[in-house]
Amino acid sequence: MSGGASGRRLRVDWAACDGHGLCALWAPDLLARDEWGFPVVTVGEVPTAALPQARDAVRACPALALALVPVRSREGTNRTKG
Amino acid sequence: MRRLLAGLRDDGRPLTYAEHLALHGPLPTPKDVLAALAGAGLRGRGGAGFPVVRKLEVARRAGGKGPVVVNATESEPASLKDQVLATRVPHLVLDGAQVAARAVRAKEVVVATHTGSPAGPALRHALAERRDDVRVRLLEVPARYVSGEASALARAAAGGPPLPVLHDEPLAVRGPAGRPTVVLNAESVAGLALHLRHGKAWYDDLGTPDEPGTVLVTLRRTGVPPGVQEVPLGTPLGALLPQPQGIQAVLVGGWFGRWLPADVALAAPLSHAGMRAAGGVLGAGVVMVLGQDECGLRATAEVARHLAGESAGQCGPCVNGLPALAHALEDVVAGRGHRALVDRYRGLVRGRGLCGLPDGTADLVGSALEVFADDLVAHAHGGCLRPAGQALAVPRPGVAA
Repeated sequence: MSGGASGRRLRVDWAACDGHGLCALWAPDLLARDEWGFPVVTVGEVPTAALPQARDAVRACPALALALVPVRSREGTNRTKG
Repeated sequence: MRRLLAGLRDDGRPLTYAEHLALHGPLPTPKDVLAALAGAGLRGRGGAGFPVVRKLEVARRAGGKGPVVVNATESEPASLKDQVLATRVPHLVLDGAQVAARAVRAKEVVVATHTGSPAGPALRHALAERRDDVRVRLLEVPARYVSGEASALARAAAGGPPLPVLHDEPLAVRGPAGRPTVVLNAESVAGLALHLRHGKAWYDDLGTPDEPGTVLVTLRRTGVPPGVQEVPLGTPLGALLPQPQGIQAVLVGGWFGRWLPADVALAAPLSHAGMRAAGGVLGAGVVMVLGQDECGLRATAEVARHLAGESAGQCGPCVNGLPALAHALEDVVAGRGHRALVDRYRGLVRGRGLCGLPDGTADLVGSALEVFADDLVAHAHGGCLRPAGQALAVPRPGVAA
């Protein structure tokens, strides 16, 4: 995709996500759904041109589980056991 | 060579506080504990291997004053080391908790154990023998993997549910209650207690330059009671197995680890760097030996099935994906499945959860598919290369050595 990279990525809070699937409808270029309906983020860094899509998807989530965050922010996965 | 396990009694009873002090001497009380620990290379022993003092420094810079949470839950199901520490040398763990708490000026120490583990009562008994500067609270969390994940423990210590939670900043910067929360493994804080007493030169005298000190290893092998040994970091894994005959493969790191072929595993140094270079992980220091007559695919399928049942039920890809992954692997073992489906589900669970459960399971299964490639062919034809057929005993969490 053209237009450069936005420095942002889509992040799912898996504890909040219920797999409604609205995000994938609003941002088909950035998200797909797995066989159980949960979102699969298909693009690492959101292209600038797709930012409106990404924002629509974030707003559409009824569970407030989707966020647009800086690429360099922490992964959603916690790897340490402490 | 015994440091953490020095003075361990043959009769199995814990060292009393008096015995502990006679053995190790009093815990020093420098004005600035963190400064006294400067340069300590000790890495976390819970699995991830993050430098312990750096975590303390981060918390202190962020303002400190939050709780120090000592993780004695031993959520890695094959590990026994933290239970050995808590039940045999509890005062070393409690000393270390005080060291960490003073380093970050914590107001409270929370020591977490699994419900039903002997670690809880042992620590309670030990606490009654001593007086500590920083108040210590014992916390029992459900005996399941996810309870021991750092963010779950931080949350539980703050009065919330013991479930992993998404956090944008490291817990040591901002924990669930808004304050820096330092979560450290029981062996990690025990190491701090030794380091503060004896200093860097003494501590670094064993181990590798990058990973100084000793590490506790839980060794499991069919037909032999599991045991915990202390070795300098960098010790070749083979040194733990004086009779290497009949070994087919070794599971390093535990249920969240990787299979390695016997020759690779035996030569690999027991350190994060050494294991990584060999294609494995040190994790929480678990070493499980698979005999020539034991089927690694079947063993892995059993573990994958168990781990699928460990999901907290929070994350959709884990709730759905882990049972699907276990089922796909069971089908392959039974000669009616397809490896491609196993790989598909491994890909679907990876990176799509709040804790290490989905990724750990995916990586364990992936390593089994590589290391047991010949077995895979035999199973695809409805057979099995291993006469015993049955797998290595799948350990039950909390069953002591």
